Amino acid sequence: MTEHDDLPAAARTRQLEERLIAAGLASDEEIDEFLVKLYASASPVNGARMAARAWTDPRYRDLLLSDGNAAAAELGFDGLSYQLRVVANTDQVHNVIVCTLCSCYPVSLLGPSPGWYKSFAYRSRTVREPRQVLAEFGVTLPDTVRISVWDSTSEARYMVLPAQPAGTGALDAGQLAAMVTRNGLIGTALL
Amino acid sequence: MTYSAGSRVRVRAGDPDHHTRVPRYVRGHTGEVVATLGRWPVPDDSARGLPPRVETCYAVCFSAADLWGSGDHTVIVDLWESYLDRA
Repeated sequence: MTEHDDLPAAARTRQLEERLIAAGLASDEEIDEFLVKLYASASPVNGARMAARAWTDPRYRDLLLSDGNAAAAELGFDGLSYQLRVVANTDQVHNVIVCTLCSCYPVSLLGPSPGWYKSFAYRSRTVREPRQVLAEFGVTLPDTVRISVWDSTSEARYMVLPAQPAGTGALDAGQLAAMVTRNGLIGTALL
Repeated sequence: MTYSAGSRVRVRAGDPDHHTRVPRYVRGHTGEVVATLGRWPVPDDSARGLPPRVETCYAVCFSAADLWGSGDHTVIVDLWESYLDRA
């Protein structure tokens, strides 16, 4: 089995780090500090909290859908390195996110992306035949539900606001957040 | 900012020999602007080490039937202003 450190991508990453350091653009310590900070806090629990808050607070829902960065900041997730755009699932529309050019993803709010998100199959097929791709994830949608696929080709990062599960109106935001899955926030699962 | 939500735009069909963020599958296709995003450096310039143009980026919606000849879904792609012409 190939060790992660032996992968060609790991060697390229080390070379890039060395060039950055040699050029005086960053120090080893700065790069380490950035990565430690990112991975210590990056988790789908963050996106889940935002979704649950949107379900319980109409003002927050409006903010989330109109200015994702401001909504993230209200829950303490400030300084995102991208423009956050949140798209809401409804009875009529189901959203799913993809990055056909590489693997862009709101890491700080969803955690490291799953392997399949970076796969050629997911990236190429989701824009072509999303209904079939979703069915393979166990998501079968009525024909009346339109599918919108968001291809993350710019500095914006997309997150799906799933529909609130039926019969959960009495739960508080903490209980609701526990129901929100990473795949729900990508659009490859229903809750 | 040339376009706004509702503008019909056509993606330039060229196949540049440098980095670009125009996915091949939308080149030459017509879509509708659904949102205006930020103003960011054009990646085609940054990737070549040129002083980048800074342009508005738009979320543009395409119908699957237009892109692929079949399908009932829509695909939304973020595209910088210079990737687009008014349709």
